[in-house]
Amino acid sequence: MIKFILNGKEVETVAPATVRLIDLLRDDFQLIGPKEGCGDGECGTCSVLVNQLVQNSCLIPIGAIEGAEIITIDGYCNTEQFQLLSECYSEAGAVQCGYCIPGMIMASEALLSQNPHPTEEEIREGISGNLCRCTGYNMIVDAIDLAAKKGDGLW
Amino acid sequence: MNAKDISISVKKKDHDGKVSGQLAYIGDVKVDLMLYGVLYRSPIAHGKVRSIQLPPLPEGYAKIGAEHIPGANFVKLLHKDQPIFADEWVTYIGEPMFMLVGPEFDILHQLLDEVEVDIEEHPAILTLEEAIRQKDHTGVFASHEFGERSDVIKAIEQHAHQIIEEEYVTGYQEHVYLEPQGMLGIYTDEEILVEGSMQCLYYVKNALISALACKDDEVRVIQSPTGGGFGGKEDFPSLMACHVGIAAKAVQKPVMLLFDRAEDFEVTTKRHPAKFIYRTALDEQGNILCMNVELYLDGGANAGLSPVVLQRSLLNSAGVYKIPHFHAKGYALKTNTVPNGAFRGFGAPQSFAAIESLLGHISGKVNRDPIEYKRNYIVKQGDPTITGGRFKDPVLIDDMIQDLLQTVEYAKKKAEFHAFNQHNKRYKKGIGASFFLHGCGFTGSGERDHIKATVKLARTENDQVLIKISNSDMGQGALTTLSKIVANELGLPYEDVSFPYPDTKEVPDSGPTVASRTTMIVGKLLERAASKMKAGWQSGVSQEAVEHYVHEEMIPWDEEKFSGDAYPAYSWGVNLIELEVDTLTGNVKVEKVYGSFDIGKAIDEQIVKGQIDGGMAQGIAYGFMEKMTSKSGRIEQKSISDYGPPTAMDVVHIESKLYDNPFAGGPYGAKGVGELPLTGGAPAVQAAIEDALQIDFYQIPVTPELIIERLTKRAGGSD
Repeated sequence: MIKFILNGKEVETVAPATVRLIDLLRDDFQLIGPKEGCGDGECGTCSVLVNQLVQNSCLIPIGAIEGAEIITIDGYCNTEQFQLLSECYSEAGAVQCGYCIPGMIMASEALLSQNPHPTEEEIREGISGNLCRCTGYNMIVDAIDLAAKKGDGLW
Repeated sequence: MNAKDISISVKKKDHDGKVSGQLAYIGDVKVDLMLYGVLYRSPIAHGKVRSIQLPPLPEGYAKIGAEHIPGANFVKLLHKDQPIFADEWVTYIGEPMFMLVGPEFDILHQLLDEVEVDIEEHPAILTLEEAIRQKDHTGVFASHEFGERSDVIKAIEQHAHQIIEEEYVTGYQEHVYLEPQGMLGIYTDEEILVEGSMQCLYYVKNALISALACKDDEVRVIQSPTGGGFGGKEDFPSLMACHVGIAAKAVQKPVMLLFDRAEDFEVTTKRHPAKFIYRTALDEQGNILCMNVELYLDGGANAGLSPVVLQRSLLNSAGVYKIPHFHAKGYALKTNTVPNGAFRGFGAPQSFAAIESLLGHISGKVNRDPIEYKRNYIVKQGDPTITGGRFKDPVLIDDMIQDLLQTVEYAKKKAEFHAFNQHNKRYKKGIGASFFLHGCGFTGSGERDHIKATVKLARTENDQVLIKISNSDMGQGALTTLSKIVANELGLPYEDVSFPYPDTKEVPDSGPTVASRTTMIVGKLLERAASKMKAGWQSGVSQEAVEHYVHEEMIPWDEEKFSGDAYPAYSWGVNLIELEVDTLTGNVKVEKVYGSFDIGKAIDEQIVKGQIDGGMAQGIAYGFMEKMTSKSGRIEQKSISDYGPPTAMDVVHIESKLYDNPFAGGPYGAKGVGELPLTGGAPAVQAAIEDALQIDFYQIPVTPELIIERLTKRAGGSD
């Protein structure tokens, strides 16, 4: 039995310790926010927060998350920080096909919570584990920059 | 700009669902009793199937193969050469031979490993070079030849001061849409329903009708939210739809086929690798007297869309230039490799990379600045196209070039870079530009003869308007853009117009979502339908408005002779790139990127900017980063990092500028924008690297390895 905190609630599972976190979240907890883009930890579409750090859920065997706090976009989307990020992503035109976006949002949160006023270079580095094929990234970088400015004090 | 200007951006229709992760893509869908499918794929590039031996299948598992196809065993598109399940001959590694279906993925994969096939191996054509050698005997999907007569060219060449011969090759490009391909087939007593990630609902529907040998109302196709397409979900989804449609019918249960990234890389269509051979005659001053080009596309194992891709490659083989006495010949050839298909630009990016490279090299040989040299040949309004059509609308490209040169202070920058390079041994700076266009819509009379688009608007009694068309939003913003056009025309709030994900049961065939046609062609039809609806508006009463495509006659297109007006309108672009090359590692650091575009009129400035940024990032990466190769018939790159698309660290801010040049045939003057921004990236980055190193390259991508190889050769005196 593995116990952990998922989007603020204590949960447990009897699934084997080798099951990937992404599969547990999507199949057992019916959370569709983390998407599978590669299964190799290369694209970031399955990004979640594990104890506030952004991680690829496809690379994590659930045996490693005993006692950890996991936040996925499905829970994060009820926060004030998400509301602001969503507004800024819209204002900057940062969302196209949308498949990378849940992961991008989680990476944005991880970055801003560590560094509330990042430089452009720091934003690019902060989302460099998350691929986007539609936008060429600049409008996403603008969105995060905008959120950092508008959200003064929120992070 | 006034408050009612249609170009002002609005919140995208699908923003909330996408940003919260709660919009369900096909991989997020689960239905009761759903089975998964996995495909057994040919391990051999070319061979005759002798036997297939399956392990014992547990209860609830089944093999679905050619024997289950009620109709003909090919995917309906252009040629009848792509089997749904290859049961007699296999023609490339990865070709689907049959499918296993069942409830558990792990067990399905275990079973696949235990399958034994016996295939008699036959000689395979594994490279484009080999296909070119054999083209007079076999393996030509399509060919065209047009332009100046060869005896005239011969006579000119005899009196020329100099003949320049150059070869140029371009590699594969992989779409890397972030959502891998996926398709779900659902069986009911009345119909087979197929749902998935796709650009072209009616291509899929027509393929299903052919494969299932059924009536029009016995199949239904619904587009799921689509996580990127770029052409990769134009032709390929039809094959997957046939697989799940046939399987669902056979087992009378829902069947889901989802690719993981490695499978997607190995077996889905890619941008055609190409080879160009140019022969150019010059006079004593270095002016072009005539030009001859032969081009070859590697089509892969079946025709797919290659014949049409070839047309666009040929139509762009002279770039944006008026070249005297131009002659071109091109082939789409068969190889026993993964079939190539549509990719943003559709054959044009290869041609622009080639012609821009060639003219850059010629300018160097005759000691002229490349930009100045190319500008001598830029087409003007009223000039003929290379197929005897006419550039009938205003052509702004030379003004766009002039503006950009002033913005970047080109001459000054060149001098600065020259000085920097003289004093810096390791790092070298360069600046390069590309000039290009994109013919909007289908080539020739395709819209009139093949597509025959129809659009529908439906208004409810509550004055809510629904857009009923078969075009997909794959991220490019069609839901928003087209809703804006309709709302604006009807004078309704944008919120009162909705555009549900299309379902062939509900929507007429407004054509596929390809060829930079959606905003220009479908948008124009919607504008007309809205204006018709407005004229008959009666509040509180439901109403429908339907519009059909009307062909605007130009100089008639003749596909056989390859003559006439190939496109109703052209969008134009100018790119300029500044970069620095590290001569120790071969690494290229792109420092500044500029793009100027004439797309008629932006329907939504932010959406257009998104197309520009994303397209240019793909195009630039095609020129120096993204390398995909095939060895012994197998794609060598298995993962995203093997291949190397750009991350946020690899791109820089793009300085872009739009020029208004409204086109009467498009809604509010809009022309196509989807493909254009990709086209100029590769030639601009190549030109800038050449400027930095003073070395000519004859291929893309210009990777660090290639740079080091050429620098080493130069140092050794053999280059």
